[in-house]
Formats: sequence, C-alpha cells, structure tokens
Amino acid sequence: MGVNCELVWRESSNYVDGEVSPDLRKAIEEHAQACNRCAAVLSGLKNIVQLYGDERMSDVPLGYGQRLHRRLEEDMNPSRRGFMGWMVALAASILVGGSFELARSASEGVPQRLSRHSQVAFHAIPPDLRVLVSLGGKIFHVPTCRTINNRATAVAMTAQQAIQDGYTPCPRCLHKYLRTG
Amino acid sequence: MSTALQHDLAEPSHEEALLKRVKAGERELFYELVQPYERRVYAAALSILRNEAEAEDAAQEAVLKAFKHIGQFRAEAKFSTWLLQIVINEARMRRRKQLAHAMEPIADQPNDDGEYIPRDFADWREIPSETLERREIRDALMKALATLGEKYREVFVLRDMQRLSIEETAKILDISTASVKTRLLRARLMLRDLLSPGFGGGWTTKLSFAKGNKPWE
Repeated sequence: MGVNCELVWRESSNYVDGEVSPDLRKAIEEHAQACNRCAAVLSGLKNIVQLYGDERMSDVPLGYGQRLHRRLEEDMNPSRRGFMGWMVALAASILVGGSFELARSASEGVPQRLSRHSQVAFHAIPPDLRVLVSLGGKIFHVPTCRTINNRATAVAMTAQQAIQDGYTPCPRCLHKYLRTG
Repeated sequence: MSTALQHDLAEPSHEEALLKRVKAGERELFYELVQPYERRVYAAALSILRNEAEAEDAAQEAVLKAFKHIGQFRAEAKFSTWLLQIVINEARMRRRKQLAHAMEPIADQPNDDGEYIPRDFADWREIPSETLERREIRDALMKALATLGEKYREVFVLRDMQRLSIEETAKILDISTASVKTRLLRARLMLRDLLSPGFGGGWTTKLSFAKGNKPWE
C-alpha cells in the first residue's frame, strides 16, 4: 500500500491517536522513512499532543476552586452574603490600614513560636504571593516550606486570599515578613 | 497538584449517589459533585473567552446555572457532559456579546475545513516534558493556542488538553465526530507550524506568531 504526502497529512492526526488500520500505519511509517517533511509533521504532532496534554498546561488561577465554592455557597445561602461581604471588608481594612490592633486581633492562632510580645505586620506580605493551606489547618505557608502538615490536602491561593480567609502566616517560612512591633 | 489529579476522575457510582442526594434536596453536596470537573469547566470557558478573569466568571455562572437546573438533568447523559455543555453555552453567549459590543464581525470562523498543507519545517527532536517547567514555554504554547480560531480551540482543548473522547467532545460541542476529527487535525497542524520555529530554533528568535503572523495565510 503506497501513500503520498497529502494522505499522510490528512491521516497524521488519526495516526498519532493510534486510530488508523495496521496497513495504513505501516504505509505511513514507510513513507515517513523516505520523506523528511512528513517525518517532521508526524513528530511535530506527537510533541504537540504530549506537551499540551501535560497537567501543567491546564493550570487554573490561584484560589479558583475556593472562589467557586464560595460563590456557590452564597447562592445557596443568600442571607450569608452580607456577613461574607462584611468579613471581606474587615480583612481588607486590616490589609490596607495595617492597623496595629486589627493585625493583632487577626493573628490569633499564630503558633507558640512567635513571641507573645510580637506583633505581626500582615501587610508586609506581598498580596499576590502564592501560598499553601492544608485542609483543617490555620496557617499558610510558601510551597517550599518543610513544616506543612498534611501536605497532600494543601490548596494554593494568594497570601491576600489566605489572610482574608482568616489564615495566619507560618512563622518559619514567612518569618522575614513578620516584624516585631 | 496531586489533589487536582485525584479529582480528575469521579467514581461513577459515587457520582450517581451524590446526584440522587442533591436532587432529593441535599443541595450542599452540589459542590462535591462539581469539584472533579471544575478544572475542565474553567478550561472550556477559557478556550472560548481567552481571558482568565472572564473565563472564571463564566465558569462560576455556568456552575450556578447547573445548580439551579439540576432537576432537569437526565441520568442517560453524563453529568460532566451536561455541565460542560452549560459552560460552553455560557462562554459562547459572552463571546457573542463581546463581539457585538466591539462591533467586530461575528464570522471569525471561516468555513475552512478543507485541506491544510503543513509547512516544511525541520524535524523536531523529542521535546522533553521538563521543558514545561519554563514559564515562557508554557506562555508561548498558550499564546499559540489563543491565535487559533474558536472552533479549533474548543475541540483541541477538550480533546487534547482535557483528554475527552472524540464522541464526548462531539456531544458537548453539538457537532459530528467527523467534524471533531477534521478540526482536531487542523488545530494540531496549525499549532505545530506555529511552534516549529521556536522548538526548532531553541526559542532563540522571536516567535512568528508573536508578531501576529499566521503562517497558513
């Protein structure tokens, strides 16, 4: 069975999907051995399928899942929307104002390693810093932190989102942002 | 992330049980039903809208619509197919509004399913997947994808990035399986042509599509 270039191009997609008959597959491969252009098309297509099929190519924005979940919750429980909005506004005021008292009240739950006399300046953390939060945890970490408990359940979000959601910074991996007052 | 991989496939029996409970009134379980597909929902919206914020908003809206109309879902269809049909419709509707607002011609999809002649580039060596660790490579791949016509992007994203079957892709987009295959072939060949200068030249020169050139024109 002989094939020409046009037929190889037309069947190239089916070929890389393994959806051509054994006879056609053989004929395409024989043709490609003698035809550099068709060989380049077939290897290029294989690379395309492999590269775009990689999980890293289908990333979603940080915090997407949480925002979707929250929106759904708000839709199911409209009465809570006001409360949520109030919480977000409160968190924003902490970030923007950097108020000493508000920052201290928001830092409840910071582990014992932080000095009792320390005051945490949350606003020093870049708001778009990518951080991880474990399921059931209260602390957020940078992804390379070695003290993340239950790492398998960790979800990614921005530092701003984590603070808004009531999480506090890890005193180990984020110590450089935690100034004493 | 490993959790995302785990969520990629829902256990059919678990999903069926969840569906029954949600329909019976346990509405708070709906998110659990949707979660395995939330990445696909976003990817489908992004394939049409090409803007992250717009895609996320469309994805949220589509999930809310699915929640409101869950009573209309019939068990003979797959839940994921039904959900993706809703998001595709939502994204298409937004895209039409954008085009109308921008006074752009709607016919940005010429009927060009005919022969496509791939360009004569040198053979690629096998590209190791570690290449994707580089942000600029991932960005270049996404930019190339964004230059394809909508009907090619939709098929390519569902089939090659979300790894749906030809049949499911056809059902979600409401087109024939033959059209899926034709568009997929065209999308793959165009992407190969767009990316060949980069992968062939080690990304040392500016990519041709970055200048707005389309080699098939």
